[in-house]
Amino acid sequence: MILTKAQYEEIAQCLVSVPPTRQSLRKLKQRFPSQSQATLLSIFSQEYQKHIKRTHGKHHTSEAIESYYQRYLNGVVKNGAAPVLLDLANEVDYAPSLMARLILERFLQEHEETAPSKSVINSMLRDPSQIPDGVLANQVYQCIVNDCCYGPLVDCIKHAIGHEHEVLLRDLLLEKNLSFLDEDQLRAKGYDKTPDFILQVPVAVEGHIIHWIESKASFGDECSHHAYLHDQFWSYWNRDGISQCCSGWCGTPGLSDSSASASQSAGITGVRKHFLPGILMKCVCK
Amino acid sequence: MAAVLESLLREEVSVAAVVRWIARSTRGSEVTALTRPQDNPGEAAALSSLRPLRKEFVPFLLNFLREQSSRVLPQGPPTPAKAPGASAALPGRPGGPSRGSRGARSQLFPPTEAPSTAAEAPLARRGGRRRGPGPARERGGRGLEEGVSGENLPGAGGRRLRGSGSPSRPSLTLSDPPNLSNLEEFPPVGSVPPGPTGRTKPSRRINPTPVSEERSLSKPKTCFTSPPINCVPNSQPSALDTSPWGLGLPPGCRSLQEEREMLRKERSKQLQQSPTPTCPTPELGSPLPSRAGSLTDEPADPARVSSRQRLELVALVYSSCIAENLVPNLFLELFFVFQLLTARRMVTAKNSDPELSPGVLDSLESPLFQSIHDCVFFAVQVLECHFQVLSNLDKGTLKLLAENERLLCFSPALQGRLRAAYEGSVAKVSLAMPPSAQAVSFQPETDNRANFSSDRAFHTFKKQRDVFYEVLREWEDHHEEPGWDFEKGLGSRIRAMMGQLSAACSHSHFVRLFQKQLLQMCQSPGGAGGTVLGEAPDVLSMLGADKLGRLWRLQERLMAPQSSGGPCPPPTFPGCQGFFRDFILSASSFQFNQHLMDSLSLKIRELNGLALPQHEPSDEDGESDVDWQGERRQFAVVLLSLRLLAKFLGFVAFLPYRGPEPPPTGELQDSILALRSQVPPVLDVRTLLQRGLQARRAVLTVPWLVEFLSFADHVVPLLDYYRDIFILLLRLHRSLVLSQESEAKMCFLNKLLLLAVLGWLFQIPTVPEDLFFLEEGPSDAFEVDTVAPEHGLDAAPVVDQQLLYTCCPYIGELRKLLALWVSGSTGRSGGFMRKITPTTTTGLGAQPSGTSQGLQARLAHAFFHNQPPSLRRTVEFVAERIGSNCVKHIKATLVADLVRQAESLLQEQLVTQGEEGGDPAQLLEILCSQLCPHGAQALALGREFCQRKSPGAVRALLPEETPAAVLSSAENIAVGLATEKACAWLSANITALIRREVKAAVSRTLRAQGPEPAARGERRGCSRACEHHAPLPSHLISEIKDVLSLAVGPRDPDEGVSPEHLEQLLGQLGQTLRCRQFLCPPAEQHLAKCSVDLASLLVADQIPILGPPAQYRLERGQARRLLHMLLSLWKEDFQGPVPLQLLLSPRNVGLLADTRPREWDLLLFLLRELVEKGLMGRMEIEACLGSLHQAQWPGDFAEELATLSNLFLAEPHLPEPQLRTCELVQPNRGTVLAQS
Repeated sequence: MILTKAQYEEIAQCLVSVPPTRQSLRKLKQRFPSQSQATLLSIFSQEYQKHIKRTHGKHHTSEAIESYYQRYLNGVVKNGAAPVLLDLANEVDYAPSLMARLILERFLQEHEETAPSKSVINSMLRDPSQIPDGVLANQVYQCIVNDCCYGPLVDCIKHAIGHEHEVLLRDLLLEKNLSFLDEDQLRAKGYDKTPDFILQVPVAVEGHIIHWIESKASFGDECSHHAYLHDQFWSYWNRDGISQCCSGWCGTPGLSDSSASASQSAGITGVRKHFLPGILMKCVCK
Repeated sequence: MAAVLESLLREEVSVAAVVRWIARSTRGSEVTALTRPQDNPGEAAALSSLRPLRKEFVPFLLNFLREQSSRVLPQGPPTPAKAPGASAALPGRPGGPSRGSRGARSQLFPPTEAPSTAAEAPLARRGGRRRGPGPARERGGRGLEEGVSGENLPGAGGRRLRGSGSPSRPSLTLSDPPNLSNLEEFPPVGSVPPGPTGRTKPSRRINPTPVSEERSLSKPKTCFTSPPINCVPNSQPSALDTSPWGLGLPPGCRSLQEEREMLRKERSKQLQQSPTPTCPTPELGSPLPSRAGSLTDEPADPARVSSRQRLELVALVYSSCIAENLVPNLFLELFFVFQLLTARRMVTAKNSDPELSPGVLDSLESPLFQSIHDCVFFAVQVLECHFQVLSNLDKGTLKLLAENERLLCFSPALQGRLRAAYEGSVAKVSLAMPPSAQAVSFQPETDNRANFSSDRAFHTFKKQRDVFYEVLREWEDHHEEPGWDFEKGLGSRIRAMMGQLSAACSHSHFVRLFQKQLLQMCQSPGGAGGTVLGEAPDVLSMLGADKLGRLWRLQERLMAPQSSGGPCPPPTFPGCQGFFRDFILSASSFQFNQHLMDSLSLKIRELNGLALPQHEPSDEDGESDVDWQGERRQFAVVLLSLRLLAKFLGFVAFLPYRGPEPPPTGELQDSILALRSQVPPVLDVRTLLQRGLQARRAVLTVPWLVEFLSFADHVVPLLDYYRDIFILLLRLHRSLVLSQESEAKMCFLNKLLLLAVLGWLFQIPTVPEDLFFLEEGPSDAFEVDTVAPEHGLDAAPVVDQQLLYTCCPYIGELRKLLALWVSGSTGRSGGFMRKITPTTTTGLGAQPSGTSQGLQARLAHAFFHNQPPSLRRTVEFVAERIGSNCVKHIKATLVADLVRQAESLLQEQLVTQGEEGGDPAQLLEILCSQLCPHGAQALALGREFCQRKSPGAVRALLPEETPAAVLSSAENIAVGLATEKACAWLSANITALIRREVKAAVSRTLRAQGPEPAARGERRGCSRACEHHAPLPSHLISEIKDVLSLAVGPRDPDEGVSPEHLEQLLGQLGQTLRCRQFLCPPAEQHLAKCSVDLASLLVADQIPILGPPAQYRLERGQARRLLHMLLSLWKEDFQGPVPLQLLLSPRNVGLLADTRPREWDLLLFLLRELVEKGLMGRMEIEACLGSLHQAQWPGDFAEELATLSNLFLAEPHLPEPQLRTCELVQPNRGTVLAQS
């Protein structure tokens, strides 16, 4: 699967202020039929998260919360079965799951008089039937299943992707007969920070020496590359060797050639790795 | 100068300001800028007026302290540094009319005269003999002095400088030699002179410094701090031949012989006349009882310290100067402080000084040290500031310090720290004497015929080799006999041999042999010692194990050289180095010398450039220590070789320029300088030094360079080329501030080594006295390392105490001083002088006896000697690697097994003790106590491993053609060495290792214990046939989520799912659940929950179905089929808990309320199936239904719900037909429940 930077930017362009719902994703798919849904979802999710990070603050002022809560109450009184909360979130351009959390928190504050703990809220979001108010429970559940970028289900999907691709990567390494140490073994040896795999015998891919492989269950855009480079790769580099590699499954050969330099100027080194397993490992050589 | 000290004592300026003030002069402008803001303007003003005096301060301070202490240290070891003029204050100088202390002081320290004092100070800096009004003093008794200082205690007062300033000294000329044998005049150190006069005028043993008249005008070469050097340069080699300076004579050797003759006479005279002072006294190991008994020392009492504050101030300034490396020699100052600490008595003669009025206590008018108490107090104050250095001394010194009762009494805290340091110290230093020398074996690669020009040359070389070893053996046999003389005994033979070396290439062959033999004999870890066992004492020590080690310790105590000539001995050729020195002198062959220099230079370059392994700090294995030991040893070998070679290179290179005559002055000097500056250096040491500094290998380069420079003649430091070197060294010295924690730059002990050798170099007489205190020269901070590599050798911990003491045996003087104190004071608690008790160890069975072990070691050594060096390297390499691997293997097998045992034991514990499990620390203790004894197996296993692995490795690495006997010997030695290495490590560390691993395992287990008991244990993997092609869990969650969101809405009118899709989805879910490859617990949990949600939606008929609008709902049959699929998934495939109770949660049941007409049959069906499949118990369902009633429902819905639950409860054993009735009543939905 090849995704050029231009394509990526085009996709990202379409995602400005689009609610993170099933419908948006469907439209996106119609617009870019050549891309897999998962790729689009991945980019969508990433872009949307960036968007939310930017606008998060304005939804969390006490006035905003209060006005959202009042609108929710009014809406529910009018028609409890209507998707009040979801519509509200889409209207104010906020993630439905996060809106649900906001309202739930506010609701609990009002009814229980003590500020609810985070774990209580999390567990209610995971299982809305714990929410004392039936109407609110339904509203929250609706928000969660309709949100494709946030929420406990999405988190679980991400986690599962990460796990699956570690397994896939391991299988691939085994298949290629590459000897490696995995995270658990490394931890047992006392490494404080570990990549997913350290190759016991380095390999060369496209002329780059690879000492270790880290798989990331997220789309490798510029921003995430910088962040990971900063947080993790340097700390691996300090421990494990001169060159390093992060794996982006289904990276783009074209891109990888053009952006093989350390600077990652192209920014995209791989689309979400889990879509085309085993096509390419992308090197980031230092 | 005095003014500065005065104002300090008057508290006009703070100590910090003074130190800054001094440091500024040496550290350049950046320090000024840095510290200026802190300067109190008043202080700054007070000090800035004294600016021109700044550079004189340190010399002044040192001299001041020496002078002040003169009354305390009249006896005992030499006071290393002495102030000008102080000598006059010394009482009881034989034959010297003392000027009186008052005069001296008034001249030295009147505040008003400060400028003039300062002006004089530069001259006086290094002992400043010119200060006295009398004619300048001459130094250096020849022969006589050597005889005394060489044989007597290092404590001989003769080493002092102080006497030299006295105008009375000319009386002690050669024409009027003192009667050394007169015990009255020169009593042995430590003994109390008989008679009451001895009390008031304690006579001290001072070095007679006979002066030759003709040199009385020459500028005396005085050493600021080291008296011994001062006198030695002119002395001739004694019978012991410990002085190198004999070679300063013209090669004719005539005068040398004369001198020797004189010396011998002198010695024999002494022997006859006064056995006591001349017989070599083993002054430390076994003090003469009479001496020990005769000493009475004053107890020191902290309560009786006078002017505490003043002492504290001076001590602080003094310590700061030491810490900032403003003093030339760190260890010399420590020596001085130790002297103060162990001072025995105060001389009382001048105590009645009338000027000692209480009013002037704060000024310099009153003596600083008024009593022993003051001295000890001062010493302890200073020592407290230098704990770091002290803690890095060898274990013996630490022990003596920690046991010093004065220290305990004055500073229990310091004593406590020292004791802790002693207990933690592993720095046992042994200056063991190695076994006798062995000849260099035939070197096939260079010694073969092809390398000689002719048969004749080849045979000549063969003969020479024989002659050389003959000479060597003869020297070994005879050199310790009193009447034997090297030149007389061997000179002619050596010259005859040299004469035969006609061809140039023969010279080079011989030089190679000479050099190899030199390295083999002299490059010893115990450098001062005699012959040494080649490069690897480890072979012996490893083979020898326990008993051999004990034997060596004993030998060391009996034979270790006791005196290295005070804290600053002159460069010497101890032990068999003397043979080579004398050989060179006797041969007096120009060609030989030239070839030797070439060869030495080459070898030095080669060794200096050797890539020594660099420390890898990130080795996570515990046994990295094992590997590191070897690298440290390698460094020591290289360094010691370099030092030896450089010493001889310096010796030969500067030989032609050195003579007994005084250094030239004036025009003569200029012309010599002009001439010498043309001569290229024999080895480009400047470049080597610069490169060494850049590459951060100073710790390797500087020590040998110092050896080289120590033989330089007087002109050398004046040459531009060498001046650069000295300035570089000076800057290096300043930059090595010990207290600066710069781990990355240089290790502490590396610094200490460099400081020690540099400090020693600065005391060498040929080094100009103004060099160290050169004011503006080294103004900048030391900066050469701009492009330095990350980790140079300097940063690696290559130096240990053993190497430090080997390179600088004079540091051992500190220990001797302390030991002397203990031995001199009878009945003390300190138990240093222990008797050597011969003990028999309880035999450990099969262990070979000590002698056979030693024999074995010697055999191994001999074996290697006859084999190519590569064989030895191979064996040692194999031993090291196998030893290390053995440890790793034990760790992976035995220890891992024990850890598994620990885990299972822990499980048992947890089961028996319940969930709480008790205190983890306690658990760990229990486990360790059970498991650690098993560690004993490690030794047996390790032995077996080495036995198994080593031979193969040796065989693989040695040439195929190696003879079988050699091979098997090599194998055996490798096995032995590897076993020794591994067992040493294992026996020391195995328990700790097991403990560590078990601890890790325990915490792992306890952590896993915590959150998820259900997740443990019964989890199954996928079936063997599984090919892992199932859809990924993430994909399925995503798909189910889509269905859920469609069902929950909002949705567009044309959205929906097909029943086929639902069926397919559930089928995929089954596949995924059966293939566990990609499934992680959270994913499974979410899948379970989603499936329950899906079931609820199915029951409530809420799933929008694609298709014709009429059939918008799922058909009953299809719904049941889907529910069946779900039920079987829950029953069969989910391994985690499925939250089935959610099916009856108010929210999910509430979904039914929204549908019209309501259909309860699916729910009832589901509930019955759940019970039937055993997924939920009846009671559980009843409870859920019961709680449903409490929720608020629309009236009719509550009614129907009640009916449902009644229906469910009423029919405990549901027969099949009943189900069917439900189906049958389908047409009139909504009432079906009411009817039944």
